[in-house]
Amino acid sequence: MDIVVENLTRKYGAQRAVDDISFTVHTGEVLGFLGPNGAGKTTTMKAITTSFAPTSGDVKIGNISVLDQPEEIKKHIGYLPESNPLYSEMAVLDYLHFVAELHGIPRDKRESRVLEMVNVCGLEGEKHKLISELSKGYRQRVGLAQALIHDPEVLILDEPTTGLDPNQIVEIRELIKKIGREKTVILSSHILAEVEATCDRILIINKGKIVADGTAEELRKTARGNELLRVTIEGGEKNEIFTAIQSIPTVESVNFFAGDTPGFEVSSANGKSSRKAIFQLCVDNGWFLTALIPVDTKLEDVFRNLTMK
Amino acid sequence: MKQIWIIAKKELHSFFDSLMAYVMLVLFLGFTGFFTWMPSGQDIFLINQATLQPFFGIAYWTLFFFVPLLTMRGVAEEKRSGTLELLLTKPVTDWQFVSGKFLSTLLLIAVALVLTLPYYFTISRLGPIDHGAVLSGYLGLLLMSAAYTGIGIFASTVSKNQIVAVLLALLIGIFFHIIFDVLARGISGFMGEIIHYLSLSTHFESISRGVIDTKDLIYFLSIAFAGLLGSVSILSKRSLSDA
Repeated sequence: MDIVVENLTRKYGAQRAVDDISFTVHTGEVLGFLGPNGAGKTTTMKAITTSFAPTSGDVKIGNISVLDQPEEIKKHIGYLPESNPLYSEMAVLDYLHFVAELHGIPRDKRESRVLEMVNVCGLEGEKHKLISELSKGYRQRVGLAQALIHDPEVLILDEPTTGLDPNQIVEIRELIKKIGREKTVILSSHILAEVEATCDRILIINKGKIVADGTAEELRKTARGNELLRVTIEGGEKNEIFTAIQSIPTVESVNFFAGDTPGFEVSSANGKSSRKAIFQLCVDNGWFLTALIPVDTKLEDVFRNLTMK
Repeated sequence: MKQIWIIAKKELHSFFDSLMAYVMLVLFLGFTGFFTWMPSGQDIFLINQATLQPFFGIAYWTLFFFVPLLTMRGVAEEKRSGTLELLLTKPVTDWQFVSGKFLSTLLLIAVALVLTLPYYFTISRLGPIDHGAVLSGYLGLLLMSAAYTGIGIFASTVSKNQIVAVLLALLIGIFFHIIFDVLARGISGFMGEIIHYLSLSTHFESISRGVIDTKDLIYFLSIAFAGLLGSVSILSKRSLSDA
């Protein structure tokens, strides 16, 4: 089931938490939802899960509108809210049974489905405990289990890995990836590495508007189209080398770079590469090229560039 | 209907798991038992008749206080902890949610009333008892509880705070319970009649005397319904105001 968000706007008073955003998520896709706090991630997710109605615009899941048939949509979504609310006075198994029953899982399959979820989410040792007795990580697993129990077509996860230990994070990421092959998944996170590791596509949202949409690779390219090299050259006078590099036609700018290996930061003109020219320069002048490192743009930089404006 | 029952079942479990149900049952049986049997100025030995009227009289007041205590947690706590938001993204409508809460409270009160049946058996051995009046008396208590449950759930939806919820329920309830009755005595004419009709005690008295009139049934059920309707309409507004 595809999720289609059309011109979604949501106001709180005069403030627009989400401002006219549109995007589509296809079946078999895991969409990572990134943005600083208060950017409108949770608001968008709530609109998709029918938690509240948009001020204007619409969300369609498999061609069913959230506004027209919320009851139909509820059957197909699994939702893990950011705050992960649970009935603390219930035991883990009772709670999962309750959710399974609400989703209309037939009685004969309910038991096995609940146990499967306990297994998948690693709750084996805690299943008889009251939810109030669980640590944050285990509560998060219960939250995941209740979102997955009816094998939903669409999975909406608001910061699913908060509170989990590193091993568990890896397990849950694998699980989400596996689910994402057949289902439609949207997950929000503030951990960029996580989004990069789990998601097929990234959507960055800032102040209620979409500022970037694409794979991690595409985002890096758009963020810095220019080649950036860290160059260390020995055997010559600093300023002389500096002017020599600057005179290469493909080089746009050169900076001194102070770090573990002092050298130059060379930025090339759009779409051009200066590597060969730099090497040739060293050969011609008898200098030694000791380092030539292409600098990758980090997703963090992309994120900062897009959201600090 | 199935969803309503699933929610009601969960609520009943939480009543009994949290000891709330036991405390309520013990207090209810204690109060009503004491005033029905022990020398308290209105006990059946003083009246010297085989009748459950003293019990109905005291239960009329006990339930007035107990029902709001049972309903206060219902919606308020779910709103506060955020479970309401999650629950309503599952295949449950606002009506089913509210009705489930209503049903569970009413069932717990029904259990409390069933546990007072030994009073009836004992008294029926002491002398000739009007079986019809007993039956309709119980019906009256149940209908009254339904009305106050409706009000209580409404109050619980209005506030996230349980204390506010219980006070609000009692405030709304006291009008039906006694204030309308007192007012009706002082006001004559059309207004007086309306207020007289709104008074719950008149309807309760006529039922507990053994007269089961559809007008009374409609009265109790419409209060309960109005409470649930108010609750649902507040829940549906969450989409506009909640953060």
